[in-house]
Amino acid sequence: MKTLTTTALALIAALGVAGPGLAEIRLGASLSATGPASFLGDPEAKTLEMMVEARNAAGGIDGEPVELVLYDDGGDPNKALTFATRLVEDDEVVAIIGGSTTGTTMSILSVAEDNEIPFVSLAGAVSIIDPVRPFVFKTPHTDRMACEKIFTDMAARGIEKIGMISGTDGFGASMQAQCKDVVGQFGIEIVADETYGPKDADMTPQLTKIRGTEGVQAVLNPGFGQGPAIVTRNYHQLGIDLPFYQSHGVASDAFIELAGADAAEGLRLPGTALLIAGQLAEDDPQRAVVQAYKAEFEAAYGMEVSTFGGYAHDAFALVIDAISRAGGTDPAAIRDALEATSGLVGTTGTYSFSADDHLGLDLSAFRLLEIRDGGWVPVD
Amino acid sequence: MRLSAKWTQLLILFLLIALLPLFFPSGYYFRVGALIFVNGLAVIGIVILTGYAGQISLGHAGFAGIGAYASALAPGHLGLHPLLAVVLGALVSAAVAWLVGRPILRLKGYYLAVASLGFGILVAMVLSNERALTGGPDGMPVPDPGLRDLLKDLGLKLTGGEFWYWCCGLCLLIGAWAALNLQASPTGRALRALHGSEVAARTVGIDVARLKLQAFTISAVYASVAGSLLAMQNRFITPDVAGFMHSIEMVTMAVLGGVGSVIGAIFGAVILTLLPQVLTVFADYEQMVLGAVMILVMIFLPEGLIPSLARKLRGRGE
Repeated sequence: MKTLTTTALALIAALGVAGPGLAEIRLGASLSATGPASFLGDPEAKTLEMMVEARNAAGGIDGEPVELVLYDDGGDPNKALTFATRLVEDDEVVAIIGGSTTGTTMSILSVAEDNEIPFVSLAGAVSIIDPVRPFVFKTPHTDRMACEKIFTDMAARGIEKIGMISGTDGFGASMQAQCKDVVGQFGIEIVADETYGPKDADMTPQLTKIRGTEGVQAVLNPGFGQGPAIVTRNYHQLGIDLPFYQSHGVASDAFIELAGADAAEGLRLPGTALLIAGQLAEDDPQRAVVQAYKAEFEAAYGMEVSTFGGYAHDAFALVIDAISRAGGTDPAAIRDALEATSGLVGTTGTYSFSADDHLGLDLSAFRLLEIRDGGWVPVD
Repeated sequence: MRLSAKWTQLLILFLLIALLPLFFPSGYYFRVGALIFVNGLAVIGIVILTGYAGQISLGHAGFAGIGAYASALAPGHLGLHPLLAVVLGALVSAAVAWLVGRPILRLKGYYLAVASLGFGILVAMVLSNERALTGGPDGMPVPDPGLRDLLKDLGLKLTGGEFWYWCCGLCLLIGAWAALNLQASPTGRALRALHGSEVAARTVGIDVARLKLQAFTISAVYASVAGSLLAMQNRFITPDVAGFMHSIEMVTMAVLGGVGSVIGAIFGAVILTLLPQVLTVFADYEQMVLGAVMILVMIFLPEGLIPSLARKLRGRGE
């Protein structure tokens, strides 16, 4: 009988099925590790797995191990909703991280709100945290803030009329709308507004049209994936010498490789400290966190860190911090602790939440970067 | 008294839907159940089109998209009650199917597959690009139909998952009943005749083009209602619902379970909805296992799981 019990226990342990009796902190995540949004979800999933392992090696939270239940929703909002339900109802997690895209986030959000489980999203749209929902937080900057950062720089350079060329994918379309919404506050006018499909192979006609528009002083390209790289190459081929701005959607070394260092030379975009980890000043508050994450991730997976993985890093840090301050695993207490987060330094910025701010970042967290000689140089 | 095949099938379906919740360990299973019923409903439409009439559509998700966005848009913009929005979606889908199908279904062969493929992609593109109306690729929220609150007032308290389980289960039963009735009707027999041979069907006086168009229109209504149900229970919808992969999924479910049989097709929906949930343990191999299951079924059970197995069992009994 005893052998049987032992075997059964060993079997349970081997299957990774832990009964609720075990003192263990269960975190849930639904990420787009495969599918069209995998460039977001893959580094996010890798980051979470790495951090959970590191955390447990260091003794978990107050001696209790953390278990991560991770599902791959493939970027499908319908699947994300099912997985969120599963995380809450079946896996009984105490908090959810995830929603790599705005679509999947909006699906998970309703489950988290209904069941009163704290949820930290990794997606960009403003609509996730505006209006504020009690149990929903997010780590990335909003696309609105990216627009504001870019327009601040444009205004400082005396630019008044710009052309925009935006991707029609979720990211590009959302940022295009936000930029058009805030542009007036900076005394800037959009005189040309073009779009391209996410799979288009040549954007020369749109760029030619922008170049031919009277009075254009700079060009902005909201979008992610390969589109912006093609726009950048076309821009270079056409010999347009106006200041060129990209979005935070392409803030990675892979973009420079794809577009070519020549073509990307001199373009500016808002990025996070992660891109200039080696250049951060000694007294930069983010220096230690950013450099540690970069070193760990690159050692663990042999690939470059990305801004998106950084969002997951920050979400995990926020949740862990909240759990240890909540002094237990009651989801409502964790939510309260999350909302009370103050001055937590992450890779994206320094987070301070409040009852009416569930993003907790300001514009200073964005750094305006310029590409020079195939590398990133901060301009502000 | 012996029950006819139709009522036996419906009874089995009813008992499964009604009794399974007794064994559900958590609310998550209600959600999976509701998803299966929604997919099952859409797949019954495919059975009518492909199994009965022998036509192939690769754009049925387009109709699901129309239904879903009707539920999302009509209440806000037209002031319709969400339930009437479902009806509106179904009517629009039927009208569109009729318009798309009318010129094409006069032709023989696979023209419908190609035309519907284009149609499905078109719907998905419109939904992504009409940002002002549909919220673009980021999607838009869907208003709650308020039925749950109505039940609550009547003293029946259900969680969201439970409510949609019963609601979708009921819709599936009605859908299956209608499809089985159609099968047994003169129209159903005419459809099967035309499936067997269009030329032969025409020589015995069947209006082939009109029948095919009818089947296409009816199946579009099934997809549209399924899309509406999905949108209302998810409370948020993105253009993915009209995506090409969703169309393929519907056809695959039908073919896997047995495209000639309503129960078989529902079973196909069960398998393809459940497998990804079961296979999360082997996340990296999910696609591989799904592919292998499909290839094996096609090779060894070419009529689909249920009809082939039923025939084997019957053969042994004799």
